[in-house]
Amino acid sequence: MKKLGSALLGIIVLCSLLCIFNFNLNRNTSGAREKEKVLNLFNWGDYIDPSLIKKFERQTGYRVTIQTFDSNESMIEKIRQGGTTYDLTMPSEYMVEKMRKMNLLKPINHRKIRNLNQIDPLFLNQSFDPKNRYSLPYFWGTLGIIYNDKFIKPNSIKHWKDLWSSKYKNAILLIDSVRDVFAISLISQNQSINTTNLNILHQAEEKLVKLTPNIKAIVADEIKMYMEQEEGYLAVDWSGEAAEMISVNPHLHYFVPEEGSNLWIDSFVIPRTAKHFDAIYKFLNFMSEPENAAQNAKYVGYSTPNRGAKKILPQRVVQQRAFYPSDQTMNHLATYRDLGAKIVEEYNDLYLEFKMARQ
Amino acid sequence: MSKFKNCFFLFFIFLILYLPIFYLIYYSFSSGNNIAKFENFSWQHYLNLFADRRLIGIVLNTILIALISATIATAIGTFGAIYLNDLTRPWVKNLILTLNNILIVSPDVIIGASFLILYSAIKLHLGFWSVLISHIAFSIPIVVLMVLPKLKELTRSYIDAAYDLGASSQQVLTRVILPFISSGIFSGFFMALTYSLDDFAVTFFVTGNGFSTLSVEIYAMARRGISLEINALTGIIFFIISIAMVFYYFGSQRDKKQKKVN
Amino acid sequence: MAKFKHFLVAAPYYLWIGLFVILPIGLIFIYSFHDLNGHFTLNNYLNFFKNSTYLLMAFNSLCFAIIITFISLIVAYPIAWIISKFQNSRDFLILLVIMPMWINLLLKTYAFIGIFSRNGTLNNLLANLGLGRHQFLFTDIAFILVAVYDQLPFMILPIYNSVIAINHSLINASYDLGASKTQTFWRIIVPLTLPGIKSGVQAIFIPSLSLFMITRLIGGNRVITLGTAIEEHFLSTMNWGMGSTIGVILIIAMILIMLLTKESK
Repeated sequence: MKKLGSALLGIIVLCSLLCIFNFNLNRNTSGAREKEKVLNLFNWGDYIDPSLIKKFERQTGYRVTIQTFDSNESMIEKIRQGGTTYDLTMPSEYMVEKMRKMNLLKPINHRKIRNLNQIDPLFLNQSFDPKNRYSLPYFWGTLGIIYNDKFIKPNSIKHWKDLWSSKYKNAILLIDSVRDVFAISLISQNQSINTTNLNILHQAEEKLVKLTPNIKAIVADEIKMYMEQEEGYLAVDWSGEAAEMISVNPHLHYFVPEEGSNLWIDSFVIPRTAKHFDAIYKFLNFMSEPENAAQNAKYVGYSTPNRGAKKILPQRVVQQRAFYPSDQTMNHLATYRDLGAKIVEEYNDLYLEFKMARQ
Repeated sequence: MSKFKNCFFLFFIFLILYLPIFYLIYYSFSSGNNIAKFENFSWQHYLNLFADRRLIGIVLNTILIALISATIATAIGTFGAIYLNDLTRPWVKNLILTLNNILIVSPDVIIGASFLILYSAIKLHLGFWSVLISHIAFSIPIVVLMVLPKLKELTRSYIDAAYDLGASSQQVLTRVILPFISSGIFSGFFMALTYSLDDFAVTFFVTGNGFSTLSVEIYAMARRGISLEINALTGIIFFIISIAMVFYYFGSQRDKKQKKVN
Repeated sequence: MAKFKHFLVAAPYYLWIGLFVILPIGLIFIYSFHDLNGHFTLNNYLNFFKNSTYLLMAFNSLCFAIIITFISLIVAYPIAWIISKFQNSRDFLILLVIMPMWINLLLKTYAFIGIFSRNGTLNNLLANLGLGRHQFLFTDIAFILVAVYDQLPFMILPIYNSVIAINHSLINASYDLGASKTQTFWRIIVPLTLPGIKSGVQAIFIPSLSLFMITRLIGGNRVITLGTAIEEHFLSTMNWGMGSTIGVILIIAMILIMLLTKESK
């Protein structure tokens, strides 16, 4: 009993020490910690330049907390649950549409945004959010192919359908994302990436099953690591991921097949549960300053919709056709639409079937 | 089987068990930025780690959650086990044991998701408390399982003797039962601690509002590839645990010698 | 009187069973009868048993779980046995077995990626020995190895506990009566350690059915288990009904296993 008692005492002492230490740590980082002077960001991992956050905190005196999510779906689950008070989050376009339809968003007051005219009209007034009542574009990008020129000659692969070539047996690293995987198959068959025709979907799945001998793995963020370390030499991934890989391993190249691909737009939205509106608009204005947007784009590696920022970015970045494609390619890109629960379920079932297939 | 052979076998097994950990620590001294290539020896990642207040805060949170949840779970679980052991009807006992075991063997994702549904229903704010309550909840059954076998060894006559000698039921509990099962309680506590430190899936579901534990943070970091700061952290944790182990080892050896002398 | 007091101190435990076991399972059960729009449906179950995808997945998971459990048992038994022979330091050795579990599994998995990758430690070693480079990542074997690594301590602990409880005079008696080593092992030692083996199997088998993370990181999603499907339904497709259905099926499987491995008295 004495042993138990002293163990309990030890734990209590240790816990209180930890508490005090932790409290001090928080106090030091936050400086003057007034209750309402905060902004809670709910962001993708590593999707904002930390030095910009510091700059914002210095300029305005707000304290920014950041929590990260790894998929649009886990993000919406936390927002829908209601036990969270995030002020801003950055979903992809189809999730903006879904959240809008589920009444999870608060409209953005355009009069409070100073730099709205800096946003390229190409990304405004899209069908997922007409007139941008709820969303403000943050970054955009494409889906494309990355290869390593040590193993694949440049220009020997040009189109989505080339992925099916028997040359690439057990070689492809595929991004684990339902709509993107189907997009590959649908585009290679000249179909819309937003098809709701079940026959076409089933055909697309059959075609994907034929791709399985070429697939090495279906993974997510790890593709970056695998491609950098040359575990794989051919992958299908998003443009920003590709930009980071290329900065590490110069043998890698990224391109968007000209016959078409997905254009995605991540946007700022204000969840229904948001509380700190003054901070929200200050932050939105801060992030849309061309100078800050350019710095952020340099850090994150995705393409910025901010015209002013594009002017500031080094010419060699903006002229890279892979990340700022020509108008002709841009015309062939399409955004995903929210297709409604029933069709989405069909996509998911077929995707699972495809993943299970081993040929 | 010679003793030498046994030692060799164990050495080999421990080598494999610790191989990934040594691997992580080895790269924490690399001046490079990833785990693929060892460049030069450097303390850089350790320095970065100590400068990263956010990460240190998360580590403290993780330890705090583990200690508090393990302590509370041990208390609840121990008394639960004592009562469970006293149950006379076998079917009731079996039913409760089955319910007890369900949480141990259920997939973490299901536990996490069902807790999240539960918290949504009672409108619990997601953060420190929701994580703490969840950790207590999934640690209780393992404590019960660790304490029960010890209780079975404690024969009825022992307790009866205490009563006959005039002990109150409170005295029986604190003077007879608890000391006898203390080794079970300690191993229950350690297992609860282990479960809490190791958990990712449940925490991932029930955390929110900026509260984060180490495993959730590591998962979020995985997006850009694990930074070697985390390897440095592994090194430090491993170092602290090793020192604690050495103390434990010599402490227990001394205890044994004393017992022999007595 | 003593009983009554015990009940009071055990009240939190019962509250816990009600709130965190029965209630969540009830919720999962209810959800499993709902479709995406929250209407009552039996389709989730029909879907599971009619759709060859799910049956194949269940079969695959079962095979992997059996292999993982079996290998863990074969490896864990001698470890537990040998550790128990070190009279003086066995508590310490068991602590050494538990300790790796305090380092996050995700981190250890990343270490394994480094070890198994094409330019990784293992391949460098093989290449230096002149055996050439091989693909280890994203293979079934790598997946099984990492899964066994992850689960091994949960098998060692219960077996160790039952081994140290063996009364050695029984083993000596067996030898005295002229039994051979193998006879003693199968007739005396195995039956005596059976409870430990059973709880080890319980602790590993069901979690192996529902492994997720490492199916993606090490298996490259070439291995899909029921756990992967649950995770997908809860975290990415938001089809909680179907996810719960698979969960209910797993819970039923678990109860079956517990009945099968129950102590027969």
